[in-house]
Amino acid sequence: MVASSAVSNLDQIFIILRDWVTHFFPTAWRPAIGVLLSVVAIVCVFPGLFALTTIFERKGLGRIQNRIGPNRVGPFGLFQPIADGIKSLTKEDIIPTSANGVVHFLAPVILVVAVFMGFAVLPMGRNMVLVDMDAGLLFFFAMGASTELSVFMAGWSSRNKYSLLGAMRAVAQMISYEIVLLLSSVAVVMIAGSLRPEKIVDAQNQYSYGLPHWYIFTPWGLAAFVMYAIAATAETNRSPFDLPEGESELVAGYHTEYSGFKFALFFLGEYLAMFSISGLGTTLFLGGWSAPLEALSFVPSWIWFFGKVMMSIFVFIWMRGTLPRLRQDQLMNFAWKFVLPFTLLDLLVTAMWRFMGEGWLRWVVSTVILAGTYVLMGRAGMYRKHFAPRTYRYAE
Amino acid sequence: MGSPLIGYLVVAALLFSIGLAGALVRRNAIMVLIGIELMLNAANLNFIAFWRYSPHPEALTGMMFAIFSIAVAAAEAAVGLGLVIAIYRHAQTTDLDKMNRMKG
Amino acid sequence: MGIMFYLIAALTLAGALAAMTLKHLVHAALAVTAAFAGLALFFLNLDAQFAGFAQILIYIGAVAILIVFAILLTRGAELPKEGVFSRTWFVGMAIAAGIFAVLGWAIIASARALPSETVAPAVTVHDIGVAIVGRYVLPLEIVALLLTAATIGAVIVALHEKERAK
Repeated sequence: MVASSAVSNLDQIFIILRDWVTHFFPTAWRPAIGVLLSVVAIVCVFPGLFALTTIFERKGLGRIQNRIGPNRVGPFGLFQPIADGIKSLTKEDIIPTSANGVVHFLAPVILVVAVFMGFAVLPMGRNMVLVDMDAGLLFFFAMGASTELSVFMAGWSSRNKYSLLGAMRAVAQMISYEIVLLLSSVAVVMIAGSLRPEKIVDAQNQYSYGLPHWYIFTPWGLAAFVMYAIAATAETNRSPFDLPEGESELVAGYHTEYSGFKFALFFLGEYLAMFSISGLGTTLFLGGWSAPLEALSFVPSWIWFFGKVMMSIFVFIWMRGTLPRLRQDQLMNFAWKFVLPFTLLDLLVTAMWRFMGEGWLRWVVSTVILAGTYVLMGRAGMYRKHFAPRTYRYAE
Repeated sequence: MGSPLIGYLVVAALLFSIGLAGALVRRNAIMVLIGIELMLNAANLNFIAFWRYSPHPEALTGMMFAIFSIAVAAAEAAVGLGLVIAIYRHAQTTDLDKMNRMKG
Repeated sequence: MGIMFYLIAALTLAGALAAMTLKHLVHAALAVTAAFAGLALFFLNLDAQFAGFAQILIYIGAVAILIVFAILLTRGAELPKEGVFSRTWFVGMAIAAGIFAVLGWAIIASARALPSETVAPAVTVHDIGVAIVGRYVLPLEIVALLLTAATIGAVIVALHEKERAK
């Protein structure tokens, strides 16, 4: 008994800390102070993870590319983010003369604000959600949609052809993959029956024969997760979908004309978007804060959540180091002609799963339909290639 | 004081008039479409305000109307902007004062 | 009328006014996006969370981007030579002022008949879902048909005509 209460205390340690601090304040202020503390915690933890991820990425990419990453600053280069931070903060802030002042300034601010808002609905542990909203998932996607506008603002206000091109490409890509992101989450919402992230995690927090009921372990869940992962990579402009900001293609895309702190804000915004989309993917498909085996439930829930998010970040970095970049029209073709129809089919299969009742039959039928369609679509895609002299279409 | 609904209705009426003024006064076709979107939004605000202060909010009528109106407005914006682009390709201008003939 | 209402009203009306009077089209598009955001905050203030988030997702995430793309594709970023207000602007302003006067008179005249403070409705997304496929299933199907027709129509209208290239 003593051991389990100590374990559950460790699980709830942040809640206990927050309650202890708010007890110093008068009763009327306690909810506000509690929320303020949680906000401060999020604003401190995730940029800290961002700093860790930059060094993780550079060393990880280095090792994948058969070289050592940065290793000068600190032991194994671990203090590199501090050096990067000092560099970003002290660089001169150059704004082009013909740039639109107000819009140029507001673009990174709006990006970072919109991305931070997304963290408010992620359940980071048992009882650890900042805001318990009934339509939490919809709020998250609404904030994600706001980031597209800031990307466009950045690209247009710089008065630079490369920036504008990069911004248009980025916005077109984000709009196309946003639909895929939404539809693959709808599959989860159909089965869990609610838009509240805590309820989705609670639905996955059950175990049968010691194995969890995570949605990724079901056929429709695996297909939806793969589609979600592809859409997440495209939404955050990560390789292999990073044509809008690839250095060899477009200088730096929509953040060409940004230097110093504003560039650091864009960088921060992109990585925070990666964290929040991984956090949502973890909540929807990987069971949120629940442990993989029932025997491991003694480990605190927030450790599982952050561990799964860091695993997703590792997969992002791995993909960046391994896959070549997709051209813009290949990317859009992929979205509209393969990923979206497959996601719609997955919705149908999910509905069929829901109404088929428990048993082995629904597993077999779902797997056959999804795997069969995947193979057929892949083969059909290969037959469509016609090899001829290339034709060009110019914009007017 | 009076009902809190009055404030929302006045704001919605003001928004509608501003949208209408913009749609009637501006030269560019896209500004007219922006004015139309503002008018639709003002109507949505009216619906939601009346739904909130209605005697039976669980019937959800106002909210449903607003949600469907948002969907229809998005579709209409898409078609309207497609039309503007097509007209621009034909006439090389989006100035509405210049489009005063039916003959192409 | 709390302080939140006045702040949100100020944001919305300032955005709408700026959208209608600014010369530069992209600035006007960004100002109308601020007006949309203000309206979403109004919906949240009125306890209509689903409508508020749908407003952000659809208007700011899609309609605003559509408007901006259309401005860029029609070279609207260059300022026209004859100014931004049409020749008949006075009549337009008079009509809009007249309509506002009529609406304002209607609101003030019916002020006594308007309901006063009621308890906030506790509407869950579940209720909205049940209503959409229950009582409002016909509008749902019609809107689906409309959206399909609008998508196909917009693509066809804006498509390059093949004969021009030859």
